[in-house]
Formats: sequence, structure tokens, C-alpha cells
Amino acid sequence: MDPNLLKKLNAERLARRAAILVTDLSDGRDRLVREGDAVSGELGVAIEKAFRSGRSGTTEAEGRTFFLNAHLPPPKLVAIGAVHISQALAPMARIAGFDIEIIDPRTAFATAERFPDVPLFAEWPEEVLKRRPFDAYTGVAALTHDPKIDDLPLKAALDTGCFYVGALGSRKTHAKRVERLLGMGVTQEELSRIHSPIGLDIGAASPAEIAVAVLAQIIAAFRSRGIAAEKTEKAA
Amino acid sequence: METATTLDEIQDPLFIAENWMKEGRDVAIATVVETWGSAPRPTGSHLVIDSEGNFQGSVSGGCVEGAVVTEALDVLESGKPRMLEFGVADETAWRVGLSCGGRIKVYVERLG
Repeated sequence: MDPNLLKKLNAERLARRAAILVTDLSDGRDRLVREGDAVSGELGVAIEKAFRSGRSGTTEAEGRTFFLNAHLPPPKLVAIGAVHISQALAPMARIAGFDIEIIDPRTAFATAERFPDVPLFAEWPEEVLKRRPFDAYTGVAALTHDPKIDDLPLKAALDTGCFYVGALGSRKTHAKRVERLLGMGVTQEELSRIHSPIGLDIGAASPAEIAVAVLAQIIAAFRSRGIAAEKTEKAA
Repeated sequence: METATTLDEIQDPLFIAENWMKEGRDVAIATVVETWGSAPRPTGSHLVIDSEGNFQGSVSGGCVEGAVVTEALDVLESGKPRMLEFGVADETAWRVGLSCGGRIKVYVERLG
């Protein structure tokens, strides 16, 4: 392995950016491919697939055998709102392999007693985001119903290109939210990325059931990253 | 409570390899490149080894690490990468092998 590639790879991983180390198993030569880098041919197709699935493996291309080691940042979820749904969502998300953290400036909600062992920020989202900005591997669920708390992180999530953006609320609530976000300069196209009403339609009623519906939607969004964008490109 | 990512720099073999390299140690990197059946560590897992035989990370649940370390010392010497295969079908299964019945391929190369 090329020592410079190892340094670059580790730097990418620290910065929470996806990268694939491609090793030609016949001669041991390697290269680093970042997400979005253009690679042509069969190898390019395999690389694209590995970015999407996050799975490492060997692949035959151009008559050679390559090993693709996919390094995807661990997906992170941020729940805006230390609410009842979040109490169910936090342990479920962890079981499914997502790091989760919770932001809610209302100190009565954001207590360690209600959220044992979960990174919890009892501050305004604006303050937390200054120190811990979202990235493409962050999923954001706005769950407070309160525009003062939800709107800013929703806009930040759309601006950043978070892989999932969901917002709790009825269609009527969401229509009002759309008006407000348009006023904040968010485009109609970006707004269509918000999942609202939140969660897959499984008829969820209790907070725990809604958490299941939200988590399932987040997993679907994570595993199909890039596919939607591709379809749009082809259609255009 | 500023701990968030699951990327553990202290335990991560690739960060350890980089640190060892900066300390001037010779480092070999072993990578699981293929698995069949029930393998204990997924494809892409790393074991890193220095010329003294110190190692970090894992390519199996401890079943074949000893053999990989031995091979890695040769790789460090020669500079030539090697492909190793372990499994119950392997004749070495009685000595080193995967008790879980799986089979793995491990690529061992020198860093630099």
C-alpha cells in the first residue's frame, strides 16, 4: 500500500467523506477514489455500486482482479426534539447501526433521565450546528412541531444535502412549513426532499410505531443514496 | 458529551498503521478480500503488523491471526504481497483454520 494513500484515506475518513481504496491484486498497485470522482468502464460501475452499498469486495474488470475497500462514514442521525418518539427512536437507531444524537433547547425535555446513554444537546440547533455541522451522511428528523426549533435545522439539512430529511406534522402543518421555508430562500425542488408526513406509511399510531416508520424510511433513504439523483439525470 | 462518530481512532487499524509508519516502524497490512460461508470478520477488515510481530485489528475471530502475522513478517522482508487462504477445506485446517466452517482470503502487503 502506498503510504501517501493511507494518509489520504485516513484524512478522508476523519472528515466523514466516502472513499474507496482500489487495489489491483495482480501487481499490488493501489489508488484512492473519492465519491464523485469519475472512473470509466467496468471498474467505474463496480466502484459506483460499492459507494452505494458500502460493501467491500473483489471485482473483475478489464481482465484484472481488483479489490475495492469501501470506506463510508458511519451514518449519523440527528433528532431535533427530545420528544416521546425520540425516546423510542434512539435505541432502535443504535440497534440498526446508526449513531444518533438529540438536540432540543427545552431543558425539561432534554434530560439524561429521559435519554440515558444518548448524546444530548439541550441547546438551540443553531448553536449546536456551529460546532457540529451536518454532512451528507447525516439524516435529520425534525420532531418538535415547533417552527422556532425545527425550521433552521431543516433548512441546514437541505442546504447540506443530508441523505435524509424528515419532518413531523400533518399535511396542513407541512403546508405552512413549506411557506416559511420558501420565505427563507429554500427552493421548491429542495423542499420536495422533505419527508412529511414523516415515516413510511405503515399506519403507525404509538410513538414507538412512528419511530419504526421513521427508521425504516431513513434506512430506505440511506441504501438508495444517489439512485434518485441518477434517475433524474436520465429523465432529463 | 461531544463523542459522536463510531470511528474509533485509537482502535482503528488504519490509523494505527499510519502512526506506526510515522514512528519509523515497518508495517504490513493484511486485508480480508473475500469470504465464503460464515466468516467471523467481514470483507475489508484489517490486521496491521509491524516487524517485531506486534499486531492490531483482526481478520478473523483470533483463529488465523498467528499465521497471518508469520506470513506478514516474510512480506515485510521481501516486499512482495501475498494472498493467503484459510478454511476448513484447507490442509492447514488442523493447525490453523476457521472453526466456524467458513473460508477467507487475506491479502498481505507491505506499507510503502
